[in-house]
Amino acid sequence: MLIFDHSRPGRTAAAQFPAAGGSLDDLPAELRRKGAPALPEVSELDVVRHYTRLSQKNFSIDTQFYPLGSCTMKYNPRACNSLAMLPQFLARHPASPDETGQGFLATMFELQEMLKDVTGMAGVSMAPMAGAHGEFAGVAMIRAYHDAHGDTARREIIVPDAAHGTNPATATMCGYTVKEIPTDASGSVDLAALRAAVGPHTAGLMLTNPSTLGVFEKTIADIQKIVHDAGGLLYYDGANLNAILGKVRPGDMGFDVIHVNLHKTFSTPHGGGGPGAGPVGVAGRLLPFMPIPLVLNENGFYRLANEADLPQSIGRMSANMGNAGVLMRAYIYARMLGGEGMHRVAEYATLNANYLMARLREAGFDLAFPERRASHEFIVTLKKLKDATGVSAMDFAKRLLDYGYHAPTTYFPMLVPECLLIEPTETESRETIDGFVEAMIAIKREAETSPDLVKGAPYSLPVRRLDDVRAARELDLACKPAA
Amino acid sequence: MPFIPHTPEDVSAMLGAIGAASIEELFDEIPPALKTGQLKGVPDGMSEMAVARLMQERASQDGFWSGFIGAGVYEHHIPAAIWQIVTRGEFYSAYTPYQAEASQGTLQLIYEYQSMMTRLTGLDVSNASLYDGASALAEAVLMAVRSHKTSRRVLVPKTVHPIYRSVARTTVKNQNIELVELDYDPATGKTVLPANAGSFAGLVIPQPSFFGVLEDVHAMTDWAHEQGALAIALVNPTTLAVLEAPGQWGQTGADIAVGEGQPLGAPMASGGPYFGFMCCRQAFVRQMPGRIVGRTVDLDGKPGFALTLQAREQHIRRSKATSNICTNQGLVVTAATQYMALLGPQGLAKVASASHAGTVLLAEKLAAIPGVTRAFASPFFHEVVLKLNDSAKDVLRALRAQGILGGLDISGWYPELGQAILVCVTETKTAADLDHYVQQMERILSKRREAPPCAYKTTPSI
Repeated sequence: MLIFDHSRPGRTAAAQFPAAGGSLDDLPAELRRKGAPALPEVSELDVVRHYTRLSQKNFSIDTQFYPLGSCTMKYNPRACNSLAMLPQFLARHPASPDETGQGFLATMFELQEMLKDVTGMAGVSMAPMAGAHGEFAGVAMIRAYHDAHGDTARREIIVPDAAHGTNPATATMCGYTVKEIPTDASGSVDLAALRAAVGPHTAGLMLTNPSTLGVFEKTIADIQKIVHDAGGLLYYDGANLNAILGKVRPGDMGFDVIHVNLHKTFSTPHGGGGPGAGPVGVAGRLLPFMPIPLVLNENGFYRLANEADLPQSIGRMSANMGNAGVLMRAYIYARMLGGEGMHRVAEYATLNANYLMARLREAGFDLAFPERRASHEFIVTLKKLKDATGVSAMDFAKRLLDYGYHAPTTYFPMLVPECLLIEPTETESRETIDGFVEAMIAIKREAETSPDLVKGAPYSLPVRRLDDVRAARELDLACKPAA
Repeated sequence: MPFIPHTPEDVSAMLGAIGAASIEELFDEIPPALKTGQLKGVPDGMSEMAVARLMQERASQDGFWSGFIGAGVYEHHIPAAIWQIVTRGEFYSAYTPYQAEASQGTLQLIYEYQSMMTRLTGLDVSNASLYDGASALAEAVLMAVRSHKTSRRVLVPKTVHPIYRSVARTTVKNQNIELVELDYDPATGKTVLPANAGSFAGLVIPQPSFFGVLEDVHAMTDWAHEQGALAIALVNPTTLAVLEAPGQWGQTGADIAVGEGQPLGAPMASGGPYFGFMCCRQAFVRQMPGRIVGRTVDLDGKPGFALTLQAREQHIRRSKATSNICTNQGLVVTAATQYMALLGPQGLAKVASASHAGTVLLAEKLAAIPGVTRAFASPFFHEVVLKLNDSAKDVLRALRAQGILGGLDISGWYPELGQAILVCVTETKTAADLDHYVQQMERILSKRREAPPCAYKTTPSI
């Protein structure tokens, strides 16, 4: 039932209305709306009950284990939300003078400094509002840097074939062409292919490390040298920073620019798809190009930097200062963890991933890279199971939902057939992981004995498998008001 | 250990299963030379109680103000129910709804949001939201250029928020797209359409404009269409309760509508998170960036919801995607959907008209003070530009000393206006709030008239 189905003409949630409206008679009639928009006419209880019930149709971290690879679905501490929503913080207008926001700005400055330290970069700007937005900022800075040096022939960005789709999409948005390079059998960047790919047209390389295959790029020092020797810059996609937080810093690996997904590593909520936050960190040579605003500390007075402070900046990315409330939540999380807590994030995320990998291997699952350590995630391939039973990774994933587990990431990265990318995160207990292993074993047995059962899953959710083809062919993207 | 459940027994049993002697051994593929020592820039961890104390102190330091700043972000009442439901774990801690069967709550909510936005804007389709109003405008510019066969120019009036124009420039500058600024009439504040604009892909039409002024949207829409370009409406969702829907502008309606969603239930919160909305005519749906939810059926023929038209998106199309965006501002859209349902057509119209009436009243009272005049003789919605015959910066600072944030100094962006402030009133302001502002403005200006600050003390205009 849609909210519109609850609507009755004249029903209202009147407690939410201002006491009095006002006259609009001074506005030209031709600019005024002829008929009221057909928004729902419902009571406050209608709204509360309807959306509470909708919420109950979701899986979430708070209700289920959510081992979604490359997404870092760890517990989002409640205090981060409640303290970011203190009334004074919520009431502050973004265009208020800096003098009226020293508490807020101090918080932002300190987060900036902490991010500098954990990434090993010389500067951080928190303007970007999501990971992909941070990627855009990063690649735009690479371009601004080369342009500022008159190095305008550099128009190619190199991306490994296992990279997130945002990497090539971002490069295109920044006016670059994309060159893909292959991965070798052990899951690492193919160094020979990289050597062959770089040259005078190379603007930079975008790399995720640990990679989306769940393994650390052991030859990062060589990669770094090859790209830098060719005159390119090195971009770090922070999607998997949770695996190495406090253990290795991207700056120390030689990266020139990096984005951090705060909604992953710093545990801000994913919120059903956002809002996220994607701060960017840069090495010294990219400092002048950082997006504005960022926060300056001038003898204890905090203020937002503007165009005059950074005349070579790539510019602004949002009307204000990014997703400020998300940044607040990340700050509170970072303060609760502290420096030691940051190390522990990577350590226990890695412990959980390697434990889960060992248990699944023992249970007869095939690993994509059995000779490698897992980072904070790893890949199981169901190719043999598919060949033997017809049960695909998608079927397997849907059946997990029936067992009360959110599915791992499926069919990404694309170069491993029938793959499940599994990331347990550090906040899950051994018992939870063991329960998941039991479910995986049970489904494998079902696939071998009654494959149709698995192919028809899920059975216990609000809906069964949805017709995606119909969704795309017979577009129904909005409920139209009754004529 | 904060947020890590492992006991020492767990750790040794798990290491045993792995066959490793220590957790450190699990990092043995990382070259030792790269390993970080202690983090120097991250202080020691704190308990929740200690962090709460710190944050409360900082919140108190920032305090509460009587605010009259708008400029794209508006102080509206937010019903208590909204954020209590938004922060339910099932919404708060869910991921992007790729597993549709396990995400019907989020998906149906987005479908309802899309439906409400199409009804508000009078257009056919809506996406699931973009980052904010400024980035939505930038995406609309890219969309217009993709849709147009030949031109890579888009006309952007100077009456569009200067920061929005700046964000659009940042976004498109590496794609060989030209943004052409259009002047405004100094008497009316309305955009002047050039006699010969050359070929262009789109015209941005702000309603109300950054100045709060109502533009002649019908004429602008028709003019854009006559030139073979798309009409891009940049609108405030609150005002759409009472102002003509973009889908009804001119002869055939605007093609794309974008704007800032913050007025629909998002707190101002120093700048975010908010969301950008984007609606368009059916013909352009495949050019639209961002997530889109569609209604379909499941294996049993039961209605359900799923992400659709994903062939536009980065995870499928990679370097040929319409945009690199892969999020929407989910939680804020969750708030906005409930806001629109709670206010409904009547409530939203009341919020809009009360805000308008309050602004008219305040503008009249302030313009009656010697030294204050309205910049433009045009109808305005819930913001107005006032010229001061005194330093805007100094006057705003003096108002601040009385607990009032009296508006935004726009003299730097629009030097031709002299000392000018943009003032906004919403339904949250009472008659007493307005009177207090007027009295203080009167007192400050007369005091400064009688005893002008010494020349060396006056702040030069920016």
